Amino acid sequence: MKLPSLQRRTLALIAVIVPLLLLFVYVALRSGPLAPVAVTLTTVQSRAVAPALAGIGTVQVRYLYKIGPTVAGRLQRLDVHVGDRVRAGQLLGEMDAVDLDERMRAAQAAILSAEAGLRQAQARQIFAQSQARRYEQLVSVRVSSEESYATRQQELAVADAALAGAREDASRLRAELQALRAQRGNLRLLAPVAGLVAARDADPGTTVVAGQAVVRLIDPASLWVDARFDQISAQGLAAGLPAEVALRSRPGQPLAARVLRTEPLADAVTEELLAKIVFDALPEPLPPIGELAELTVRLPALPESPTIPNAALRTVAGQRGVWKITDGALAFAPVRLGRADLDGQVQVLDGLAVGDSIVLYSEKALTTKSRVHVVERIAGVAP
Amino acid sequence: MISLAGRDILHTWGKFVFTGIGLGLLIGVTLTMAGVYRGMVEDGRVLLDNSGADLWVVQRDTLGPYAESSSVPDDLWRGIRAMPGVVQAANITYLTMQVGLGEQDVRAMVVGISPGGSGEPGWPPQLVAGRQITRGHYEAVADLASGARLGDRLKIRRNHYTVVGLTRRMVSSSGDPMVFIPLKDAQEAQFLKDNDAILMQRRRTEANPAFNRPAVPDLLDAVIASQTSNSYVNAVLVRIAPEFTAQQVAEPIRRWKRLTVYDRAQMEGILVGKLIATSARQIGMFLVILALVSAAIVAFLIYTLTMDKIREIAVLKLIGTKNRTIAAMIVQQALVLGLIGFVVGKITATFAAPLFPKYVLLVPFDTAAGFAAVLAICVLASVVAIRVALRVDPAEAIG
Repeated sequence: MKLPSLQRRTLALIAVIVPLLLLFVYVALRSGPLAPVAVTLTTVQSRAVAPALAGIGTVQVRYLYKIGPTVAGRLQRLDVHVGDRVRAGQLLGEMDAVDLDERMRAAQAAILSAEAGLRQAQARQIFAQSQARRYEQLVSVRVSSEESYATRQQELAVADAALAGAREDASRLRAELQALRAQRGNLRLLAPVAGLVAARDADPGTTVVAGQAVVRLIDPASLWVDARFDQISAQGLAAGLPAEVALRSRPGQPLAARVLRTEPLADAVTEELLAKIVFDALPEPLPPIGELAELTVRLPALPESPTIPNAALRTVAGQRGVWKITDGALAFAPVRLGRADLDGQVQVLDGLAVGDSIVLYSEKALTTKSRVHVVERIAGVAP
Repeated sequence: MISLAGRDILHTWGKFVFTGIGLGLLIGVTLTMAGVYRGMVEDGRVLLDNSGADLWVVQRDTLGPYAESSSVPDDLWRGIRAMPGVVQAANITYLTMQVGLGEQDVRAMVVGISPGGSGEPGWPPQLVAGRQITRGHYEAVADLASGARLGDRLKIRRNHYTVVGLTRRMVSSSGDPMVFIPLKDAQEAQFLKDNDAILMQRRRTEANPAFNRPAVPDLLDAVIASQTSNSYVNAVLVRIAPEFTAQQVAEPIRRWKRLTVYDRAQMEGILVGKLIATSARQIGMFLVILALVSAAIVAFLIYTLTMDKIREIAVLKLIGTKNRTIAAMIVQQALVLGLIGFVVGKITATFAAPLFPKYVLLVPFDTAAGFAAVLAICVLASVVAIRVALRVDPAEAIG
């Protein structure tokens, strides 16, 4: 059968125009503001939430000994280096004594000289005593005058006083020598406890002020993590809870630890709670002090309750809630939330029941008038 | 009565349809250009929408935090939270920077969001995959446009962040994808230099006799510690109680806290009127030129289509056809041409829009305006052709 040529042309024209128009209608409805919003759904499930707290901290030691002189001076020698292990009472170094030894010798000479003076005073006193006794007898037999006797008595009193003075002088000088010896001993830098030399802040010849550390000793067994938890997400932090410490240098190798104590003083500036976390077993090799660590403190699991993923939460007109789908219709359901875990599961205390169908992900913000198109996953998101 | 225009189109329909498609591509480009402009404005709007704020409190006399840099102390939010009418106040930082993603780096706007969970101002309002940030450090929610996928590791300054959630259409006003990270990390990222710079700064401080005093050995450490910490944020986002107006809440903050406060309308004015003003004008200029070129091309097309059948028109005149009928035929043809062009243009624009690197938004109003403009241009363009057609001498038909 042969179609008339005009009819064939009309058909061809229709074949071009009709798909074009269909495409146009499709484009107008499926793109732009009229298009439905792609969403994915999830259901409210009953499950046990095991909350955990995440924080960061730095590796620190509980005991850090800063050893240095108590008076300003020059460091004479320092026998230990960083990494050395030292015993309690071990001599680590010594400060320069300057003139202390000479002053001690001078003090010793002064003691000897004072002792000579003492002997002199003793001789004078013995003589004055015998003179006084003799004049006493002479006066009694009326051979000498009363006046001479009085003079001898006065001389005895002076000699007694001179002897007492010389004796005290000698003991003062001995005490001064003791003081110099003590000062000399104080220039020796001793290890108060057994430990590890963590830093050597000055080398021999350096002048240090009083109280400045020359050597810093640590007690490696007292290693702990100075932890910080944001106040807003630190609910339930308590001593004794198990924790995991991931050191920055050893990611993926969490170390078992536990919370030793939470500090009574929080950081008011950074709005963080402070806690100390100790390792169950000291890691080998020892992590350097000051290394950053990520912490996870596990809290006991809570009883089963309705939970939703936190990605389902939306805020509409200042209210936190979720978009509930019942029979294909969208409705915003405000919810009251309970505890959450680190995997993003949140307890719902109020507003939803187990089995409710809610919007999890959406391409854009939803309103009650939105047309939705339920998909398995939003376009562009890799499986 | 038969339709002269329809008959003529059917006679040379191939040529007619292809001319229409050609015209349609041109109209498509014009519509896309309008979409580019709308997309720029929309980028600014979504930035404001996504922040979820009613008021932006920024450093005094700055246009922060988007159009200008602004920094306010990070404990300021407490004072603002206590102002009447404030329901929520949250710190936020914005920093556009290169973010390492695998071997490459992408330009992204890093947003530091204050802890508190989804629903705090500044948090991504909805996700397309994954979950919201739950840890206070080293987690990130990234936009799909950054190319990041769930589980990827992003490198921002010296720290690595695990991507736990993905968003869509969360971009800065210049179209850069957003990466949300916890506030404390963001503060550090904003301030922290690379290690070489830190070491050099330490050495400089050590060389300064005012800070490195032998009699006060701890002073140097204290100075260095204060140099390497950042207690500033870029803005405080404020959500207000429904019974207050934005001005009622903003005014006391301006007056008593001596800060600059913007409400939504002012912020939009800053973003649209100041930040993208020049680029918008550039696009607008281009749009005008494209529209003029399209109009000229439509006029030429209709003129040549008419000239092609000038003999036939002469015959029509010879057999005594009314001028009105001839004019109607030309106008109808022009309108049909415009219609085909518009349909093709709309389809091409819609399919081309997602291919653009930046967002192209095709607004129905623009489409309607474009349709009216196309028809108006077609009618105007056919005037020239009609004048030529009507002046043709019927003798040419047999000439």
